Amino acid sequence: MAKILIPTPLRPYTDKQDAVDASGATVGELLADLTRKHAGLKAHLYNEQGRLRSFVNVYVNDEDIRYLQKEQTPVAANDTVSIIPSVAGGAGPEKGYDPFSTAAVAEKGSYPFSDREAPALTNDEVKRYSRHLIMPEVGVDGQRKLKAAKVLCIGAGGLGSPVAMYLAAAGVGTLGLVDFDVVDFSNLQRQILHSTPDVGRPKLQSAKEKLHALNPEIEIRTHEVALSSQNALQLFEPYDIIVDGTDNFPTRYLVNDACVLLGKPNAYGSIFRFEGQASVFATKNGPCYRCLYPEPPPPGLVPSCAEGGVLGVLPGLIGVIQATETAKLIMGIGEPLIGRFLIYDALRMRFRELKLRKDPDCPACGTHPTVTKLIDYEQFCGITPAAPEPVIVNNATELTSVELKQRLDRGEKLTIVDVREPNELQINRIPGSVHIPLGDIPKRYNELDPDAELVMQCKSGVRSAKAAEFLRSVGFKRVLNLKGGILDWIDKVDPSQPKY
Amino acid sequence: MRVTVRLFARLRDITGAAELARDTAPGATIGEIWRDLAREFPELTGYERSISTAVNADYARMDTRVAEGDEIAFLPPVSGG
Repeated sequence: MAKILIPTPLRPYTDKQDAVDASGATVGELLADLTRKHAGLKAHLYNEQGRLRSFVNVYVNDEDIRYLQKEQTPVAANDTVSIIPSVAGGAGPEKGYDPFSTAAVAEKGSYPFSDREAPALTNDEVKRYSRHLIMPEVGVDGQRKLKAAKVLCIGAGGLGSPVAMYLAAAGVGTLGLVDFDVVDFSNLQRQILHSTPDVGRPKLQSAKEKLHALNPEIEIRTHEVALSSQNALQLFEPYDIIVDGTDNFPTRYLVNDACVLLGKPNAYGSIFRFEGQASVFATKNGPCYRCLYPEPPPPGLVPSCAEGGVLGVLPGLIGVIQATETAKLIMGIGEPLIGRFLIYDALRMRFRELKLRKDPDCPACGTHPTVTKLIDYEQFCGITPAAPEPVIVNNATELTSVELKQRLDRGEKLTIVDVREPNELQINRIPGSVHIPLGDIPKRYNELDPDAELVMQCKSGVRSAKAAEFLRSVGFKRVLNLKGGILDWIDKVDPSQPKY
Repeated sequence: MRVTVRLFARLRDITGAAELARDTAPGATIGEIWRDLAREFPELTGYERSISTAVNADYARMDTRVAEGDEIAFLPPVSGG
């Protein structure tokens, strides 16, 4: 006896079962037994000549039988046989479907708003959502749930773009967006809500136009504020699901805690260079972000996209996963990504999944929570407001790009050490600088003259400050950090070079 | 005993490897394996308190003991959006 997995399109012929046991020593015998038990399948699997149809692929334990012994492939008792028909997608118009034949069903059991009345669909909406309506898993009921739903997307950037576009297209009735940024040229490589003419405009203005053009049937609410402990609970209150598409740790902990306190699910996604993560946090019985990461990393340890870079396509994929999970939660269908932490590696094109449980000791969602109201998340993440600059005239630790230029013009002997990565130096460079990437400083600092006056430089002044600190710790006496890095140098001294 | 260590995101950049095979004392904890690794790659040291770990794709803690052949994953948080 082996198990045969039945794909969705064939389940109408197996009494809706997704797996059927059948007996036989080979794939051929097994399928014969299957079609004896479920005669309706026969015409779908075999052609008139009794051969397996060409678009029906059969796998034994993930191996395609075409590369084994075809229908003579032996099957053992514990094997799993899968029938995988090809799925076309992008099909032409379907005729003869009458959405009004589906009786209105009382709203029950869908995740966030079991007691809210779902509005009916207009004729225009029926046309627009027809590819949803013809799938029994969605149908008119599911579409009405989408229409009734209120989703708040935190951030209208890399993740927020695909999330908002797909949820708007899918017909989520109320879509809120929180962002206070303006569109920058460097956003356009991935933030597909915004276009070149939008550069310099508020992201929410650009987003609202695009989303309204995509779907004028839905309500788009823009909240042009910085999310904070003061406004988060009030902002989240009217919404059913929160989608976390922010770009910094304080806001991620803030979103998590606010979701836990309000009992609203958090469709989480995060990206770094070529890797992404996704999960659904803060559902009633599922884990939250703090169950996974109880403590934030010290500031500066984990680079942001601005510092580490990000593949433009990556937020597309992770954002679409967040949108998918949001739509599933709203409709109450499928297996949500609750208690499952999905890790995606774009370079290797590989998905991994970790099992995650609610931590009884979790400070936010555990049995004895200590986070009972929103806290100061900047402070929690170790980011304290910048202290007044220590003014030490003869023992300065940094200098400005204008000061650097003046000193170079006076002919002073300074060694500028650029600690950026090699690919960054291909974009711009302060003439005459020497190059040692930050990571190499501990093993290459002896290339530098300990008596020379050094000016450490990177893109914006953060990495070079670390390098300066390290050099002082190993005995260098005259080390200055270039404040604002090469970006400030280009702004104030050499505007001919490009910025990134 | 021999275990497989999987590293993600920044940790992979630091060690230059997505996967490492390491020998460790029988009954070692994840924390011990991590600290051995941090001795080998000192740049890892700062991450200890903020990473999450898993054994055989199951979320675990630093004090979890591992067995021969286990796959231990170390994941730093990432914040990009």
